[in-house]
Amino acid sequence: MKLSINGETVDAVAAPGQSLRTFLRDRAHFEVKKGCDTGDCGACSVLLDGVPVHSCLYPAGRAEGAAVTTVAGLGRDGDLSPLQQRFVDAAGFQCGFCTPGMIVTASTLDADELDALPRMLSGNLCRCTGYRAIEDAVRGTHRRVGEPREPDPATSRAAAARACGRVGTSHPAPASTRIVSGQEPYTLDIAVPGLLHLAVLASPHAHARITRIDTRAAAALPGVHAVLTHVDSPATLYSSARHESRLDDPDDSLVLDDVVRFRGQRVAAVVADTVAIAEQACALIAVDYDELPAVFDPRAALAPGAALVHGDKDAATSRLADPRRNLVAEMHGEHGDLAAGLAEATTVVTGTWQTQRVAHVQLETHATIGWIEDGRLVLRTATQVPFLVHKEICRIFALEPAKVRVFAARVGGGFGGKQEILTEDIVTLAVLTTGRPVQYEFTRTDEMTISPVRHPFEVTVTLGATQDGRLTALGLEVLSDTGAYGNHGPGVMYHGCSESVSLYAVPHKRVDARCVYTNNPPSGAFRGYGLGQVIFGIESALDELARRLGISPFDLRRLNSIGPTDPLVVTEVEGADLIIGSYGLDQCLDLAEAALTRGNGVEAPAGPQWRVGAGMASAMIATMPPRGHFSQASIRLDPAGTYTLGIGTVEFGNGTTTVHAQIAATALNTTADRVHIRQSDTDVADYDTGAYGSAGITVAGKAVLAAATALIEQLQLTAAARTGLPAESWTPEPTGLRSGSVFLPLTELAGATGLEAKGAEDGAVRSLAFNVHAFRVAVDTQTGEVRILQSIQAADAGVVMNPEQCRGQIEGGVAQAIGTSLYEEIVLDGAGTVTTRVLRSYHVPQLADVPVTEIYFASTTDSLGPYGAKSMSESTYNPVAPALANAVRDAIGVRPFELPMSRDRIWRLLQL
Amino acid sequence: MDLNTVASITPARSRDDLRLLGPGVAPLAGGSELFASPRPELVGLVDLLSLGWPALVISDDGLEIAATCTLAALSRLPAVPGWTAQPLFLECCGALFGSFKIWNVATVGGNLCTSLPAGPMTALAVALDAELLVWRRDGQDEVLPASEFVTGNMTNVLEPGDVLRSIHLPLAALRARTAYRKIALSPLGRSGAVLVGRLDPDGGFLLAVTGATVRPELLRYPSLPTAAELRADLDAIGSWFTDPHGAADWRRAVSAVLGEEIRTELEDRSVA
Ligand SMILES: Cc1cc2nc3c(=O)[nH]c(=O)nc-3n(C[C@H](O)[C@H](O)[C@H](O)COP(=O)(O)OP(=O)(O)OC[C@H]3O[C@@H](n4cnc5c(N)ncnc54)[C@H](O)[C@@H]3O)c2cc1C
Ligand code: FES
Ligand code: FES
Repeated sequence: MKLSINGETVDAVAAPGQSLRTFLRDRAHFEVKKGCDTGDCGACSVLLDGVPVHSCLYPAGRAEGAAVTTVAGLGRDGDLSPLQQRFVDAAGFQCGFCTPGMIVTASTLDADELDALPRMLSGNLCRCTGYRAIEDAVRGTHRRVGEPREPDPATSRAAAARACGRVGTSHPAPASTRIVSGQEPYTLDIAVPGLLHLAVLASPHAHARITRIDTRAAAALPGVHAVLTHVDSPATLYSSARHESRLDDPDDSLVLDDVVRFRGQRVAAVVADTVAIAEQACALIAVDYDELPAVFDPRAALAPGAALVHGDKDAATSRLADPRRNLVAEMHGEHGDLAAGLAEATTVVTGTWQTQRVAHVQLETHATIGWIEDGRLVLRTATQVPFLVHKEICRIFALEPAKVRVFAARVGGGFGGKQEILTEDIVTLAVLTTGRPVQYEFTRTDEMTISPVRHPFEVTVTLGATQDGRLTALGLEVLSDTGAYGNHGPGVMYHGCSESVSLYAVPHKRVDARCVYTNNPPSGAFRGYGLGQVIFGIESALDELARRLGISPFDLRRLNSIGPTDPLVVTEVEGADLIIGSYGLDQCLDLAEAALTRGNGVEAPAGPQWRVGAGMASAMIATMPPRGHFSQASIRLDPAGTYTLGIGTVEFGNGTTTVHAQIAATALNTTADRVHIRQSDTDVADYDTGAYGSAGITVAGKAVLAAATALIEQLQLTAAARTGLPAESWTPEPTGLRSGSVFLPLTELAGATGLEAKGAEDGAVRSLAFNVHAFRVAVDTQTGEVRILQSIQAADAGVVMNPEQCRGQIEGGVAQAIGTSLYEEIVLDGAGTVTTRVLRSYHVPQLADVPVTEIYFASTTDSLGPYGAKSMSESTYNPVAPALANAVRDAIGVRPFELPMSRDRIWRLLQL
Repeated sequence: MDLNTVASITPARSRDDLRLLGPGVAPLAGGSELFASPRPELVGLVDLLSLGWPALVISDDGLEIAATCTLAALSRLPAVPGWTAQPLFLECCGALFGSFKIWNVATVGGNLCTSLPAGPMTALAVALDAELLVWRRDGQDEVLPASEFVTGNMTNVLEPGDVLRSIHLPLAALRARTAYRKIALSPLGRSGAVLVGRLDPDGGFLLAVTGATVRPELLRYPSLPTAAELRADLDAIGSWFTDPHGAADWRRAVSAVLGEEIRTELEDRSVA
């Protein structure tokens, strides 16, 4: 068939059942993304003769004779359309995976349709931004942080923004112009000659032993290169979860196991010429199973006689608390005497809160392409932790570290979901078996059914206080369902019970937490790493206490939160590695309370069925993970007089690359555009633990600063040696070093080979960041609808490195948390089968669902972070659910104990 | 998504070409449902769009909508004088969870044939007493009321090889007054309940309940019922269901709220 793509005539054959999206990507139009494949996310949007369609649903053959326009056809780097430029100026993206589809769709809207933007963009999901920045980009109403939001007079702010680039300015992401034109390559946006594809046969059973597996028919199918089963799997146990210390997670997984422990677990894999052949071959594999007893309820899993999920494991080898009781990890501790504290109390509040399974829904699914190059295994993969993947892949397959390279291109969102080995292991096995390049891409349904979800927690909180509002006792019990594998189970449990508890100065505290196996799909790392679940319980209980005592919830926090010099106590006083490097909680409480008191003029809908209420919650988080987080950066002055920064950390929308450029530019006294960044590749940096635990600024950023500082010293010494003038007399300028009237150009100092310096950070000491969220809501008592009238977040991020990006992180965290609070739930049928298998049955917030949040920054300077900065990516999510629950309670007089607070649940609360 | 097992898509040029249909070979309209989930059972598709059916034909006795008419085309039909029910077209399109980009491809017939409880074209058709023309596989034509078409959650009266040809909206219904309500678990979410009320010039009243029940439920009255009557009849419905878009008890409760809103809206308007 003939058609034109971005003005270029193409004559090609489309396979009968092929979607236009695949047809375009097969022709290297990688700007057309695949986010869901079901018409829900809009990442694949293109114009067909000017009409926008979801290309994943469009039969390719129907495009015959049509003019197809992708985002790249709207404008290219250097020649962007005004709309694309506005996305750059307004920072209308984070990971950028939704951006091509968003821009294509928005490009068709006329003035009337712009007025109905929430409806017009209902088919374009963004998981990162919370939409405010997108709306500003589309409408041209962008204002910098703190400026009023109204239509922009034609002046473009791009030039001004680009000229800056120092720490503290809203420098745009270095990849901006490529992202808005679809030219930034993500994991699968690469044409690999001879690429084979991998498909997986999924277990139909929740717990079964494979007794026979016959692959002959599958292997005989033309186009099949390998069929892999447990017989081919290395025998080394590992965990899909990745941490700096591999001992943090239980070794309970195999690449392919002869026992399957949840529905959907991989049983076998086929490597074939096409996905279609691989899928067809999977259907030809004959498997006999011996079904085993299974357990789906975490409480039942602990009961004597329960089916054992990993009864075959050795507790010591796999690092499990007690595999004979399905107990992965437990924590019991007391500070003071809880019973005594409760006895002292005049008011006691207790309750049990339940959180649900939540999917990350990063718009880019998990995917890996592996190949052999110069005798080395190369993995190009969607990961937050390339160096940790590298270490573990070498261990599982007994490969020499030098023989393996792992790297990430730009990653389309993470949220903790890509701190796991989910695709790299099986791709490695496939590449080592076939010697060919192999690709494995998760479908959206895989993401919702087998990719780890946020751990569901049952949280019981008991609080005691005296009449004056002082807490005397805090008791916490936690039961976490880690599912069939223990990845992140212990860590999420421990972390959940840490800063949530140590935020409050209470003389008597007790924590009892357990993390258990079930035959449900695995849980894993999710933004907030357990804190959000426990904070939901504790902050709800505090709200109840404030009500009973007749104290304002803000004052109750003021009375009981730790101060800047208080010790940090969970059940023991925290070690010296955790400090309050700056304290802005008091400011956050004041800012949020003032904003709530001020109001925003938005009124509740009319009608007696609407009830209005307000609520708030606090959250504290350490600025990086405990027990060390390492990063080693290098900065080279190139012969051309520009700098190249080599850093291990990954960019997935967190914006750290931008901040690293700013840090380097500031330290080297140059402009950010003179700093070229190479990153997230085990070949370009010595080491980086990875982009998790909000460590991008506080660890990797410090390594960058150290490297830049070291390079300046080297430059000064070089200049001194050349001129005889003292080293300290030289100061860097964008194009050279100056000492009084003497100037040495960088090009000269660099010499023929350039100069390089290194810097490292070990994350030995951590600081704390604070967030306070407040809501005013209206609730429809007839339908259970919750309408957010005002949303406020006050944040203590230390010195804000990039106000625009930091605002974006907060807005995105709040939006994701609103999804968790009101809409999202991975539902199981009680027997291990996920029933919410496509985005259509799992409601990710759309533009229409997310109010604009007022954001306030405390003014503090951290003693630890680079330039006084703290982390601000996970923390923004944590206070939102309890703040919203507390507001709903205030409105309707009944307290929600369960997430999500969906309309049907709220309605049901009102029937009691 | 790619339908990897589909080996051919045959453009239909005449009714004869529809004989290719049968087990494993399905009609292709907009494709927005077919291409949105794996269909390993399908080996072929027969494209209906190439039949070139005129999308919307206005006549003295109403409107004939081709099964292949897109939601976009339906929503853009210029207002026809006297058709007081016409705003319902756009309202019902708005009940589709899919975005306006889905409207550009999704067809009225495809929506009816998908037969989801949340089928907005089902709501439109039953509320306006549409008559559906079905081309049976054996060459027979059959006309049946829309209320009999959908039989359950994603089931209908069609047999493999049958094709829905058109949807006829009678003039009488188009001249009625209608009121529409939709609710979901989120502002623009997948419908948990879509209710349409219709007050005919002769005073007759009809309430169509869709989205909340596994198949459309119709309540008919010779004249506007009282609140209590309507409530009792809604309560007597037994087909409320639970899925990720809402629990059965909630669907039943909000349908009562929306039903009453519709009743009062039409009552007010009939007085005015
Ligand atoms: C994001 C998204 C949201 C959606 N939301 C909704 C929703 O809220 N409610 C809802 O009901 N649907 C929804 N759908 C499903 C679907 O888009 C609609 O039902 C749509 O109207 C189907 O029409 P189509 O022309 O694209 O059908 P197709 O995909 O072409 O066909 C659908 C089915 O009907 C059959 N068929 C089509 N035409 C005929 C005919 N004339 N005679 C016999 N059989 C026929 C096909 O063989 C197929 O089985 C949604 C889809 C997407 C992608
Ligand atoms: S990939 Fe097409 S809509 Fe998501
Ligand atoms: S920026 Fe929108 S999904 Fe990441």
